[in-house]
Amino acid sequence: MTYSKRLDGRGFEDIREMEAKVGVVKNADGSAMFRMGKTIAYAAVYGPKDLYPKFLQDPERGILRVNYNMMPFSGMGDRVRPGPSRRSREIGMVSKNALLPVINLTDFKNAVVDVFIELPQTDAGTRCAGICAASLALADAGITMRDLVASVSIGKIGDKLVVDLTYDEEAIKDMDVADIPVAVIPSTGEISLLQMDGIISKEEITEAIEMAKRACVKINKVQVDALKKKFEVKKNE
Amino acid sequence: MTEPKVKDNDVVVPGEELASGMGYLPGQGTYRDGDKIRANRLGLVHIDGRAIKLVPLAGRYLPKSGDVIIGKVRDVTYSGWIIDTNSAYRAMLSLKDATNAYIRKGADLTKFYSFGDYVVVKIFNVTSQNLIDLSMKGPGLRKLEQGRVITVDPSKVPRIIGKEGSMVSMIKTQTNCRITVGQNGVIWISGEPKNEIMAEGVIRKIEREAHVPGLTDKIKKELEKTNKGEQ
Repeated sequence: MTYSKRLDGRGFEDIREMEAKVGVVKNADGSAMFRMGKTIAYAAVYGPKDLYPKFLQDPERGILRVNYNMMPFSGMGDRVRPGPSRRSREIGMVSKNALLPVINLTDFKNAVVDVFIELPQTDAGTRCAGICAASLALADAGITMRDLVASVSIGKIGDKLVVDLTYDEEAIKDMDVADIPVAVIPSTGEISLLQMDGIISKEEITEAIEMAKRACVKINKVQVDALKKKFEVKKNE
Repeated sequence: MTEPKVKDNDVVVPGEELASGMGYLPGQGTYRDGDKIRANRLGLVHIDGRAIKLVPLAGRYLPKSGDVIIGKVRDVTYSGWIIDTNSAYRAMLSLKDATNAYIRKGADLTKFYSFGDYVVVKIFNVTSQNLIDLSMKGPGLRKLEQGRVITVDPSKVPRIIGKEGSMVSMIKTQTNCRITVGQNGVIWISGEPKNEIMAEGVIRKIEREAHVPGLTDKIKKELEKTNKGEQ
């Protein structure tokens, strides 16, 4: 069986409608919102600040901590059990690893930067939206970083590769579905996150990564525009 | 030499290409990536001859040697004081750099500076591990009494001070307050309570509108207007 038309009518390489906003949490040093279709991610950054307990400190480099959390009401009707879970710890860890390659940690030795990713509404692709929001928030906090990070999930439904799965697509029962979240550093094309859930051939994964790179160029543009917009308004006054 | 991709005072984001070719040099806040120069942080472009550098638009205070800051006494030790610097790192003000007076061994140091006191201090040394040494020997370095202390975004401090102190001295004369601005974003204001509130409001406005050109004149007009309205 082939997947000939997407459930929401998008083209196979189309990303859902995106929206990004910077500076949404006033108390934080940096913050951002990133929306992909119905998935909304908020990220707030605090720091660099001193790190306790002291044994966690690293005299050679700073430490990045990423906390990922889905809000109880964020799912598709079922209450998400609040508090840390195996899943949220894993996604926090992979999000941290996706952001680490761009951040200059030697800037804040012995100190820590805390990133909080909160999801008030989810429709698949949460870690991707979270990474997009977190990289914007880090830039807004004035952290030295060599680039932003853009992220999107690529899926294989039946024998078709598609960009940016929704929850309905992930849940298709009568075809095999593979879900591959990818994070890309746009200026170099490096991959900083690559996970997979499903079965896929070698040729297809190469093609999927290329699709992710193309999609991330579009996402990066939305991110750059959002960051610049924060300062544009003030200029026109 | 090819033209750079950006103009003076453009807002650039991390990873943005600033110039290509070897004609330009990467300055502060930028890095070289092959034959391109890219931004290393969120900032305003400043092209100085062949060098391209960035003036940061956001970020916590990073201690720098030579800065005059306002710190808060956090702890008193055997040989000096630990000062909170409004950054990720604490600073040490040792006894010999604090005063010329003779202090007997074992004297109670809280008599000089006690917990919670605000002091104007100068950073005279920062190590690679961000250990900070402070000094209180110099003009204007003192303990702060009375008045109020506010905290602003440290990246907005140059704007609050203005060119050669034009902005802050204008606020001082217009509001009739004594003001000390620390490079770490801590500001001390002292005067009539009503004037203190006015000065704080003005500083908050500058913090919000730090990117508007000709801000000094705009603020001056507003202050003169409110001053006239009161008379």
